[in-house]
Amino acid sequence: MKDLLAIDGHWTAELLTRFLRVELERTGLRDFVVGLSGGIDSAVSTALAARAVGPDRVHAYLLPYRQSSAASIDDALEVAENLALKTERVDISPMIDGFEEASGDVGRHRLGNVMARARMTILFDRSLKRNALVLGTSNKTELLLGYGTLHGDLASALNPIGDLYKTQVLALAEFLELPESVRKKPPSADLWPDQTDEDDLGFSYERIDRLLIAMIDQRHDDEVLIAAGFERSMIDDVRQRIVRTQFKRMPPVIGKVSLRTIGWDFRYPRAWKS
Amino acid sequence: MDGVRAALAQIAPKLGDIDANLDLHLEWVAKAADQGARLICFPELSLTGYHLLDQVPEVALPTDHPTLKRLADASRRIDIVAGFVEQGAGYKFFNSAGYFSGGELCHLHRKLYLPTYGMFQEGREFAEGQQVRHFDGPIGPTGLLICEDLWHGSVPWILAQQGAEILIVPSNSPTRGAKPDRGVTSVDVWGSLLGVTAQFQTCWVIFVNRVGSEDGLIFGGGSMAVNPFGVRVASAPALEESLTMVDIDAGSVRRARTAYPLLRDERLDLADREIQRIRRLRYDLPDEES
Repeated sequence: MKDLLAIDGHWTAELLTRFLRVELERTGLRDFVVGLSGGIDSAVSTALAARAVGPDRVHAYLLPYRQSSAASIDDALEVAENLALKTERVDISPMIDGFEEASGDVGRHRLGNVMARARMTILFDRSLKRNALVLGTSNKTELLLGYGTLHGDLASALNPIGDLYKTQVLALAEFLELPESVRKKPPSADLWPDQTDEDDLGFSYERIDRLLIAMIDQRHDDEVLIAAGFERSMIDDVRQRIVRTQFKRMPPVIGKVSLRTIGWDFRYPRAWKS
Repeated sequence: MDGVRAALAQIAPKLGDIDANLDLHLEWVAKAADQGARLICFPELSLTGYHLLDQVPEVALPTDHPTLKRLADASRRIDIVAGFVEQGAGYKFFNSAGYFSGGELCHLHRKLYLPTYGMFQEGREFAEGQQVRHFDGPIGPTGLLICEDLWHGSVPWILAQQGAEILIVPSNSPTRGAKPDRGVTSVDVWGSLLGVTAQFQTCWVIFVNRVGSEDGLIFGGGSMAVNPFGVRVASAPALEESLTMVDIDAGSVRRARTAYPLLRDERLDLADREIQRIRRLRYDLPDEES
């Protein structure tokens, strides 16, 4: 089943750069803003944007917190340099300190969400300043597992990597010749020291992606998945995560009390009259 | 009055959870039987809920599935009308309603008209039924129509023409809000439609709608029974779960058809000729060779 994850780097990059160019032009805006974390996802999104509209029109933001790893910042800078991007650095620590002052100790999980939303706040503010769109950096694996913060890192105007599994993002990174330091390190949300995605999720991305593509894209049932070597416990865990986090992939629910309800029978494309 | 007591089971099924909904059905069957009902009618897709989208194939049951067998077993006590996603031949998925009686599924209706407009997208999920048939049920000649089927006047008409005297209409009808003097609008709209249908076809019409909400669609409830004179004789409340009883006296069909012999006077040849003519125009078909 591993071959299912194979993508053609050249043509995939071609599809997604065209997508970014057309969608940006449609809005009448000129630029993209993006948060560069030093991880692979934001690096690939940014690289695609730079290919689509040129590095001058992509504004990369480094948004570290006091405890963010120094290596992350170095990696982000290396990506920016590799893509010939100018960067701006905004330390989110004062925002987080302010929040903690008002709210007390909320634990690392909640504070991690607050950090993701602080970064979102800055990116959307800068997008207004620069007449730009906020570029999404969530991959398909994260989106399906709901491994992201609603209105935080999940918030964006458009997302070039949202239909690529994590391992496919890595393959695209290799095609795009992104720095090895970014491609080889263990993926991490970097919300607290030594956090890694694979520890959080309990499985390796390679295994999760093989399972997801068989389960979701191929629509195989459990017997086939088990025959392909996935344990029942993993199948159940992954399916439960997907089901439980459906709300993160959808706009808020609106109670219908009229003849035309947004989302139900008031339906236009996002590209309405553009 | 020599009548048969029928129960209108206005429930809120759990979306996508067949096991929980089967339990709910069995519980309500027992309740209805205890209150003297001979028949209990559940809403459309009562075993699965409505807004299934990609869950349709996951909850689809072939008619010999053990879950349906359990419903059939329960029908040894009283008759049951229930809705489910049916997996038909060729992996076609139908929005179906079954009439279970005496331990068997004795009649199956596949929804004919799948609304795919406005808030509805059933045409994406389901295959269309192809047959309008009634059957001689334990409480009389009975036809099933599912929700939108009743909005196409030909369906109740065809059922009445072939002999149906009782039309059962399991539905999942969301309301489009509430208005002064009308209340929950879906209840009002259905009230008119059901009254006219019963009167035109001189049939009993039993409408069973669900309640609860799914992704913001709020189902209106307001289940009701209308006698063959077009008079509403039982009403369930809007929005609330309820088990509502109605006594169906078969004699009322005879009285209605005596007073209003519409069925006797129907001119099938006339209808047939005109339908054939309209059909040729509508579908741009060549004139029939004579």
